[in-house]
Amino acid sequence: MEFLGIWIAAFLTLCIYSFLYRDNPFYRFAEHLLVGMSVGYIIILTIYFGLIPYAWDPIQKAVTGEASRWGFLTLIPICIGLLFFTRLSTRHAWLIRYPIAILMGVTSGIMIPNALQTDIFAQVQGTLNPFSVIGTLSSFEIFGAILIVIGVICTLTYFFFSVEHRGPIAGISKVGITFLMIGFGSAFGNTVMGRVALLIQRVDFLINDWIGTIF
Amino acid sequence: MFEKLMNIDRRIVFTLVALVVIIPMLAPFSIPLTVAEPTQNLYDYIDALPPGSTIMISFDYGPSSFVEPEPMAEAVMKHCFDKEVNVIGITLEIQAVPLADKVMQRVAVEKGAVYGEDYVLLGYRPGDTFVILGMGAEIASVFDSDYLEKPITEIPMLQNITNYDQISLLLVLAAGSTVEDWITYGHTKFDLQIAAGVTGVIVSQMYPYLQTKQLIGLMPGFRGAAEYEKLIDAFGSGTKGINTASLVHLLVIGLVVIGNIAFFVQRRREE
Repeated sequence: MEFLGIWIAAFLTLCIYSFLYRDNPFYRFAEHLLVGMSVGYIIILTIYFGLIPYAWDPIQKAVTGEASRWGFLTLIPICIGLLFFTRLSTRHAWLIRYPIAILMGVTSGIMIPNALQTDIFAQVQGTLNPFSVIGTLSSFEIFGAILIVIGVICTLTYFFFSVEHRGPIAGISKVGITFLMIGFGSAFGNTVMGRVALLIQRVDFLINDWIGTIF
Repeated sequence: MFEKLMNIDRRIVFTLVALVVIIPMLAPFSIPLTVAEPTQNLYDYIDALPPGSTIMISFDYGPSSFVEPEPMAEAVMKHCFDKEVNVIGITLEIQAVPLADKVMQRVAVEKGAVYGEDYVLLGYRPGDTFVILGMGAEIASVFDSDYLEKPITEIPMLQNITNYDQISLLLVLAAGSTVEDWITYGHTKFDLQIAAGVTGVIVSQMYPYLQTKQLIGLMPGFRGAAEYEKLIDAFGSGTKGINTASLVHLLVIGLVVIGNIAFFVQRRREE
């Protein structure tokens, strides 16, 4: 069985990489198979790990008396969730506002204070903190701290559209663009690293696992 | 010549990349590797934990991205079992349960770790944010059983664990945005110590959190896995991968430089 699995995986891998030469039916077959299986896999997992334990089981146990009658309360979030499907009817589409409002309200209430602390206050603190202990820093660390402050100010200036970008503001925002480009370059380099890792794993599979079954 | 370089067939580039990946696999070699500070910090943190401590690993990746996080999981778990540190596995990604199960079992067999005593896989629960927040109050309120549906009251290593107060470290192995979720809700709200091992694609987004100490350590892609393997002296797929990847990076850098030279020379000629 494992032998068959390796051969199917190898065939599909080669089908996908055949696109590098040009688009062809083998590639399209593998692509459609992947999309279909991924969706099917996620649906099945969602049913088994989400729908059954959190929606079906509590109600079934409440009906059979295996668990408390409070299990029927699960029907409330289920009904609210089902209101999302009212979007499919023009006449009842307005009902979707209720689940969206609940979702937005709960998410905002939980997220905003924590996100402000994590991504704004802590980051501002992290940018300025080195200056509070500047006497203990090496010259390279001081250079790094100053560079970060310059980068933050210049990059934020680039996104500040309330004033026209002329004169000194244009110069500062150009420096901001340079910092942005360095950031994008770093992201691109790391993305290449990630994609190469996927290629290496597939080639490793083909050479060691698949060809290993032949010789 | 430069015009030819500007119009080089992309299939030649693909062939070059394929050769640079295939040849090192047939003739393995080793490139010297220095350990970066973020990986060293993670290693030092785990190394300093007393025996009997517990760390949690969140396996937040799927079949399309397991290549980089899996060697990290292996290396960190080997280190933990050597140090007699217990490991709790969970995931916020539904597809990760079988992947996490496979890697945990593999390392446990190698190190002689016992399920339920040295490690446990709690599995998946839906609702990312609410899972993180719920476990902060009480882990049992979110995971009343492990992934095999065994009640956690029957799992010996979980008897003295109520919430994050008993978790010495959370390691997020991620290919998506769950690291930010863990920092926002786990660290900010519950002061949970967090480290991350992420795929190369998202590693740039992690550095601001390192600088602010919201992450105590970071393993970036294959490199992070290779660095950790070097620290524990157990060379695995991370080291093998980074050696090959380094050659591909050199090729890509070379092609970028050649492409830029050709572009500027051609533009000067046109002017």
